[in-house]
Parts: sequence; C-alpha cells; structure tokens
Amino acid sequence: MTDLIEMTGIGKSFAGVAALRDASLSIRPGEVHAIIGQNGAGKSTLIKILTGVYRRDAGVVRMSGHDLAIAGPREAQDAGIATIYQELSLVPLRSVTENVIMGYEPRSRLGLIDWKAAHARTRQILTRFGVDIDVTLPLGRYSTAIQQLVVIARAVSLNARLVIMDEATSSLDDQEIETLFSVVRGLKDDGVAVLYISHFLDELYRICDRVTVMRDGRTVATHDVAGTTKLGLITEMLGRDAGEIQAAGLTALSGGTSEPGRTLLQADGLRTRTGLRGIALDIRQGEIVGLGGLLGSGRTEAARALFGLDPLTGGAVHHHDGVALDSPAKAIAQRIGFLTEDRKVDGIIPHLSVRENITLAILPKLRKAGAIDRLRERQIAQHYITALQIKTAGMEQPIRELSGGNQQKVLLARWLALDPEILILDEPTRGVDVGAKFEIQSIIRDQVAKGLAVLLISSEFEELVEGADRIVVLQDGRSVAELHNPGVTQDALINAIAHHHDKGAAA
Amino acid sequence: MSDPTMIHSRFDPARHGALIALVVILAFNLIVTPNFFQAQTLFVNISQMATIAIVAMGMTLVIATGGIDLSVGAVMALAGALAPLIFLSDFAQANPGLGLAASIVVPVLVALFCGVFNGMLVSCFGVQPIVATLILFISGRGLAQVLTNGNLQTFSNPAFSYLGTGRVLGLPFQGWLVLAIAVVLTWVVTRSIFGRQLLAVGGNERAARMSGLPVRRVKIGAYVICSGLAGLAGLIVVAINSASDAARIGNLMELDAIAAAVVGGTLLQGGRAPIFGAILGAVIIQLVKYTLLANGIADEVALIAKAAIIIAAVYLQQGWKE
Amino acid sequence: MGDIASLDLRRYLRGGSHSAGVWAALIALIIFSLLRYENFGGAYNISSFLNYNAMFIVISVGMCFVILTGGIDLSVGSVAAFTSVVAAYLSPYGMQVALPGAVLSGLAIGALNAFFVVAMRIPPFIATLATMLGAKGGALVISGAQTISVDWGSNFTRLGMGKVWDIFPWTAIITAVVVVALWIVLERTSLGRTTLAIGGGEDAATMMGLNVRRAKCFVYMLSGACAGLAGVFLASGFGAGQPLEGIGWELSAIASVVVGGTLLTGGMGSVLATVAGALLLGLVFNILNFENGRGVISLSAYWQMVIRGAFLLAVILLQSRLSRTTQKELS
Repeated sequence: MTDLIEMTGIGKSFAGVAALRDASLSIRPGEVHAIIGQNGAGKSTLIKILTGVYRRDAGVVRMSGHDLAIAGPREAQDAGIATIYQELSLVPLRSVTENVIMGYEPRSRLGLIDWKAAHARTRQILTRFGVDIDVTLPLGRYSTAIQQLVVIARAVSLNARLVIMDEATSSLDDQEIETLFSVVRGLKDDGVAVLYISHFLDELYRICDRVTVMRDGRTVATHDVAGTTKLGLITEMLGRDAGEIQAAGLTALSGGTSEPGRTLLQADGLRTRTGLRGIALDIRQGEIVGLGGLLGSGRTEAARALFGLDPLTGGAVHHHDGVALDSPAKAIAQRIGFLTEDRKVDGIIPHLSVRENITLAILPKLRKAGAIDRLRERQIAQHYITALQIKTAGMEQPIRELSGGNQQKVLLARWLALDPEILILDEPTRGVDVGAKFEIQSIIRDQVAKGLAVLLISSEFEELVEGADRIVVLQDGRSVAELHNPGVTQDALINAIAHHHDKGAAA
Repeated sequence: MSDPTMIHSRFDPARHGALIALVVILAFNLIVTPNFFQAQTLFVNISQMATIAIVAMGMTLVIATGGIDLSVGAVMALAGALAPLIFLSDFAQANPGLGLAASIVVPVLVALFCGVFNGMLVSCFGVQPIVATLILFISGRGLAQVLTNGNLQTFSNPAFSYLGTGRVLGLPFQGWLVLAIAVVLTWVVTRSIFGRQLLAVGGNERAARMSGLPVRRVKIGAYVICSGLAGLAGLIVVAINSASDAARIGNLMELDAIAAAVVGGTLLQGGRAPIFGAILGAVIIQLVKYTLLANGIADEVALIAKAAIIIAAVYLQQGWKE
Repeated sequence: MGDIASLDLRRYLRGGSHSAGVWAALIALIIFSLLRYENFGGAYNISSFLNYNAMFIVISVGMCFVILTGGIDLSVGSVAAFTSVVAAYLSPYGMQVALPGAVLSGLAIGALNAFFVVAMRIPPFIATLATMLGAKGGALVISGAQTISVDWGSNFTRLGMGKVWDIFPWTAIITAVVVVALWIVLERTSLGRTTLAIGGGEDAATMMGLNVRRAKCFVYMLSGACAGLAGVFLASGFGAGQPLEGIGWELSAIASVVVGGTLLTGGMGSVLATVAGALLLGLVFNILNFENGRGVISLSAYWQMVIRGAFLLAVILLQSRLSRTTQKELS
C-alpha cells in the first residue's frame, strides 16, 4: 500500500543554523502516527514544512505517491491536511458556526452567505462528535474541550485525509482526553490518518499505532508502538544510555528526608473570582507541598491567590509575620517567589540581559542612592550563573537567545536570589529538556534541604508523587484531600482525584 | 563595560543607519545648500532641533514601555498658551519675578498633570495608548484655544524669552538644556531603579508584574516625564517666537518626536530606550526640514518627506527584527 | 492563567448585545430633544443634521472595518481634506466625474496604507499617521494652501445642497446606500467574516486558510474610499475644497465605532451600531447648538474639540473593562 505521506531527506536551515538535516517521515492511510523528540529536535519544523508554513531547503514530500507542493495553510487544507495547533487555532469571539465553516461557507443564490444552511451544516457535523450546543453563540463561551472538538470537527468537515494534532491534550482534563481519543479512534475507522505530537509518552501507548523518534533535526527511527518500551523510546530521544537513565530515576526531586519546621503560611477557605471555592492548605519550612488535581481544579489559581495576584473574595492567608499579601510586591518583600508556568508570557524579559533578568525581583535591595549597585548586581548574577550552571555566552547576553532550559534556570535564579522563604513552582520542568529537568529538580531539592518551603504544581504525577512531602488534592476550586509521603503512589493520587471527582459530579 | 541599553557592540542598522543618514545629509548640504557652513545656520538648527529632541526623549521613554503619546503637540500648545496668559496677567505685571516663575512652573505642572491623565488611562483603565492619548491630542489643543479664545498672543518679555533666545558660551541656551536633560535621562535609564523597571515593563509587562515591579507607577511615570518635557518644549517655542498661537504650537510634533525616536533606534514594541539616539533622530529630522527649506522646497512637501522618513525608519527596524 | 482570561471572556460574551446601549441612548436623546426644542423635528434641522453628519457616518463605517481587524486608521481626516480639494478641482466636469474621481483618490491613499501595513508590516497607527501627514501635505500642495471653490455652474453642488422631498439630502441617501451595502458585506460575505475573524485572532484566521492579507488590504482601501466620499460631501456641502479641514475627524470616527459596541481590539462589532454611534455623537453637538441658541450656554467653536475628546473619554471608560479583557485573551 502506498504511504499517505512520505517525506524523505528533508533539510531546513534558519539563518544558517540547521533545524532539520535529512529528516524523514512516512504515514500510512488510517493510522495514528506519533512524533516524539526533545525540544529542538525538529518536530514542529518538520510539520510546518508539511503544512506549507515553511519552505523546505531540501528533500521530497509525496502524498499518495504524488509530489506535493504546498505554499500555505489554505493549500494544505485543500490537499486534505488539517492541523490542530497547540495554541488553539480558532477565533473565540466568533460563533461556533463561523469557526467550523469559515472559508467554505454555503452560499445563497445571490452569492451571499446562507446562515441558515451554515448553522444546519455545523450542527450536523458536531452531532457526529456527540456535541450538541447552540452554534450561533460565540465559541469563546464554551469550554476548552468543546473548542478543541470544534477545531477537529472543522478539520473533518473539510474531508481531511490527515489530521495533525500538536499537543492537543495539553489543556484537557482526563475525561475530555477520553472523548478526544474516541474521536481519534473514530477518525481512524473512517480511514483518516492522524499525526500525533505529544510530550506525554503514556498517551502514545493508548492510541498510537506507530511512532517516529527525532533527535537533533534527524529522524532516528520509526517503530510499531506495540514493540517499544518507554525506556527504549526515551533512550532514543536523548541518545543516552538506557542504564544511565534508569539509575538516575525519572525525577530528581525525590530522595529528600527533611523534617518540616514551623508553619510559614496558612490559607483557609480561599475564594476568588477566578474560581476558588474553599482552599485550605499550610506550608512549613523545609518541605515540598504538592498541589494535585486536574486542569481547571484551581491549582494555578490557588498559587496566584497566595501570591497576591488575584484578590480574595473570601477566606484568608496568614503569613507568619502577620503581613497581608495583597500584591506580588508585598509577597516578594516577604521573600515569597513564584516561578510561573508560562516562561515566555510571565517570565522572561526578552530584550534584557541574563544579569538584568536574574536581579529583577531584588531591585529594591540593590538600591544605592537611587541607583542600582552595579558591582553587587554583577556578583549576584555571576554567582547564580555558576551555581546553576547556566549555559550563556556571558551575563550580558539577552535572555531571549538562551535555550528553554537555561531560560528556566535564569528564572529560577531570579527567585533564588531573593533568598526565598517560600517558593511557588508552577510546572517548573514543563517544556525543558530532560537534562535540564534533572538539574532543576536537584537544585530545588538542595534548597529545600536548607530550609526552603516549596509549593509545587505539576501535571506530571510522577514529579508530584516522588517529590512532594504532602500533596493537597484540589477539585473544582476546593481542597478535598491531603496525602502524606512516604507511601503515596501514583495510583493513590489518581484515586484521590478520581474519587472526589465522582462525588463532585459537577464536571 | 558594555551596557545593552546604550551601546551595542554588534551592528545595529537602526543606529548605524541613522549615523550614515546624518553623514549623507551633512555632505549634501555642504555641497548644495548655500551658506550651510556658517555659525548662524548652526544656531538656527540647534534651536529648532532642541524642541524636537526634548519631546523625542520623553517619547522614547513612553515607547520603551510599549506605549505611544500622540498628545505631545497638544500639551505643548496648552503650556505655550498658558505662559503668556500668566505673565501678561495683572498679578504678574505687579510682581514680575513671581510672575515669571509662575509662568514657567504652572504650565509645566499642567503638562505633568496631562501626563498623569494619559498614564492613568493607559495603566489603570487599560485603554490602548493610541486611543488614550488621542483624547488630549484633540482636546488639549481645543482647551488651549478656548483659553486664548483662539487669539494670537504677542509679548515682549526678555527674561522669559531667554528660554528660546539666550546664549550660553556662544551656543543657544536650549541646546545646553537638551544636553543636560539627555545626561540626566541617560543616567535614569541605565543606572536608576526606575530605568530598569521601565525597560522591564516595556519588555514584558506581565513578567514585570510577577516580579513585584510597580507597573502602573512606572508607566504613569513615563507619560508624566514625556508630557512634562513636552510642556517645557512648548515654553521654548513660545519664547523663540515671542508669540503664542494655540493653533500652531507643537502642531504635528508627535510625528517629529515619534520619527526621531524610531530613527534613533527605539523599538516600537518597547523594551529599549536609547536617549542619545533620540537626539540623533531629532538632528536628522531637523536637517531634513532645513535642507528642503533652504533649497526652496515648500513646507508642505516637507510633510510628505517626513512621512516617508517615518515609514522607512520603521520598515528598516522591522526588517532588522526578523 | 489562560483559564482566567477565558473565564472573563466567557462572562463578557454572556453579556449579550453590546450595542443595545447606543440605540437606547439615541432614542432617549431624540425624544428628549423633540420635547425640549420646538424646531428639532423640523425639516430644516433634520436635513441639515443629516447632511452634516453624512460625512462622519461614512468615515465611521470605514473606520469600523479597520478597527474590526484590530487596526486603526488615523489618516481619514487628512484624506477627506485631500479628496475635497480633488473633488473641487474635478467639479467642472460634473458630479459624475468629481465623485468617482475623489473616491478613487481616497482609495489610492487607502491602498498606500494597505501596502504599508500588509506588505511592509508597519504597525497600522504609524503607517496611517504617516499618510495623515502625507495627505495633509498633498492637500496643501495641490491647493496652494487655499480653499478651492467648486464650479457652481455644474451639477456638483446639487449633491451637497439638493434634497429629496425637501428633507433628505442626497448625501444622506448616498450614505444610506453605502451603509446598507457595507452591512451586507460584513454580515453576509466571506470577506466580511474574514475581517471579523482577523480581529478575533489573526493567526487563527491564517491557520484556517482564510485570505487574511486580502481582507486587510480591503479594510484600509475601504476606509480610504469612505474618507474620499466624505471629502466629496465636504466639498459639495461647503462649496469648496477644504485642505485644512478634517482635524479630529479620526477621533469622531473612532468614538462612533467604539460607542457602537465595537471592541477596539477588533473581532466584534457592527456597521449599524456604528451608524447609531455616529448619530449619537452628532446629536450631542446638535443639542449643544440648540442650547447655545437658547442662551443657556455659550460655547465657542473651540469647545467642539474639547467635547469630542470628552465624549471619546466617556465612551472608552465605559468600554475599558471589556477591551482589557479581550486584550488579555488575545495577547
């Protein structure tokens, strides 16, 4: 059987830097095919070449045996390739119908858009996915899961032969992921191929038929998923020895045996307009408190409330010094740090140097006669660049030029420079490569051993279960359970979340 | 010691392009324009350039926060209309010293207040800077005309006119003023806490807030400085002419200032504030104006030339970014 | 954090129609004026009101399209001034030449804006600020900085001074036709829907395979053409091309668009509500004129500028929460 997509010898450089060299990919009709690889391995570049966003420098792309020349998203759609991007590719302000039929509107005899027919067609398409909603309302009114399904519905309605899903599940909860997977299986039954990109290896085993591993802009191997092991895939992704990885364990947060000290921060009955409906937790010196729960359970919102970013509508946060924490500046003055989830949006100041990014939160302390004490600033920056092994050409290099993992280390340094008492870590290792992940985790563990208190949010249950001393389980904006280590297993955590979730029934 | 806000060791077309442009214009004038290489020409250009430079430096700070201030020309008009009103009043005629002081202090205070107004709209009410400053852009000049009833105010007040016609060490007073302001602002941008906060807010506002920076205060500060400098520039214009016409003072100054800032290497997205670049930009804008004028090309055509400079400068900047 | 923004957005979207307010305010002010001023409902007031505001309605509708894409057009006032001069020069050839000629010259400047924004990727406010300057310079150059009298012998002035049934000026009728046509374009054509989609998320619109560049070119050219038409109205209504007119028109247009419930960040809005917004702003001035006439207040012409600014201020303060929400969502 001819492959649906066959890409061979693909090369692509940006400003002289090779992003892809001799990459290849073959997708069979009706299969679910995964691409995995570390950040910078070339996955997204390869896909953007397939969808016509980038032009390739070398290589051949064939679809069903014919050479394929695509110059833009529209041509890709017309060729039967539909892409569902990480950042949802839809327009929340416009109606569901417009999001589904835009660009392919049914016309009346005068050549004008026939809205009645458009709504009817949209309803019909969505019914296939078990979605029954008012299609005339703005899409932004519906949940992320519905929005995601609408994008897929659009793709399918355009008679796609290949649907590309780029990190499609990253903002869905378990139940929504299950719905998505059944849609994927449905597509497969209809003979539509799915190209699946995900950081979550577990998902691979649940729905994918074959997997292509990429590293350093090259295709390393393509396997039948059934014949692989997780460890084997990670080995290929990293290009490291399997035994080495196994010995290191999958997370470096574990292994702490510190005795928690006095209570630093205590929160009772937190309520906010952002969806918290009763969160209680306390943080003690020298311990890692994990926040467990599904996306939307209020983990990030709880952290924001503690940090003074969102005003409380009920409940109270008691700091051991008795200070009200109603703004980030006040929280920072009490030596509380918050390493945010989205590095680009909430973290780095791209034009400023590594030095300036490191000292951003401690500017008030560097004040000397209204100016910045530049000598001390340089000392501090140099100290953390060395201590955290930040790979940079020098402290004056703009942070935007660093890799993701090193940017994350700079941001970690920003908070460590504060000599924090409490550090809130929201997905501290998301989107960084495995090596940097280990390093970041062991830095955190070292600091905790010295008395730092950490509030850890992580979507990786492994990281939570192995790293946290206690896990506070959240659900629908409430804290519903607390698990104590040692003894917590992933199953126990999942049970705790699932159990209360069923009882909550509000989902 | 390399300082990223001031001097880039790497090639930076926005900056070096401007220097090349300056050399080309100077060379052109030396060859073509009659009487270009004369002290008088230098004085005229310095005194004309000074107002553009002063406003452009303030504009640079605002653009560094990721904003824009369209109201500078109107604020100039407001300050320029107020000053003669004050020193021509009965009170000032009776107390010349106090009157003179008030005629400088009050307009500048009013200008600062305009900055607070702009800054509050942008930072507290989340209005886009273009629209927020468009309000004063129109209403500010309207207010100035209401105050003067649309009349041209002429006066003879040597003490006040020193602002625009005085000489220090043989060079126009306002030239020295530009230099002084530039030195202070450069220090502010590169060395002070406020300057670092300014660049951080412009570079990534959300991250700055998460790091505990007083984002609103910093933004308001930038608009206040910008408006204050615009007010000062308005006074200088009035002092040069010994006359105040609310309809004309600072007319289209926002364009000159934005052009000067952009030509000087300020990124429209914010995060960079090259103060001396703004002065370089102002010099170029002034020389282009002068070149056209001195070679008998109508004022109106100069408008079109300026429009072209703005487009070219921003376009080059975009290209360099990509 | 995305969650929070989308929560806000969801709350906003649940708020229902955002143009209901402007219609209510418009009707209330009309009733108030009818009761308070004897001559308000008279043929003279109605026809002069419509005649004067026709040009503002036209530029506001053009501006509406630009703002819907998340852009802005600051050049409309200068363009209208420029095209009024063009129309005056063409007036001896009659309306059938002067009108299309002036509209085309406006369209050409709009095309220049489109080129700067779409091809050169210059931020809209800088691009249109430059053309504002350029068009102003152009108007002054071709007119020699003088008002240019139209040819009173041709049929050109009938456009700005003639009336149908003694009450509806031709300008108002042309405006109505333009408004209806553009309303259909926005609501019922893919070009219109693409315009809306761009403001709602330009990247998403591109990813959907929509022709984003074409739609962006269209809105700037449309805005230029609308300003061109306003210039024709200006010249025919005042009997002369006015190179110095148009100051602050962009402000009026933006205010009308925003008061009609269109988000300044784009993606949501309507042509008809924009017309209501323009009428509301015009009505405010009409009422002030009546009050002036009654001797209740005495405002010089210079107050117009101040009031326009105050009106826009009031409107955007009302909308600021909304636009902030969407900015967050779309950033």
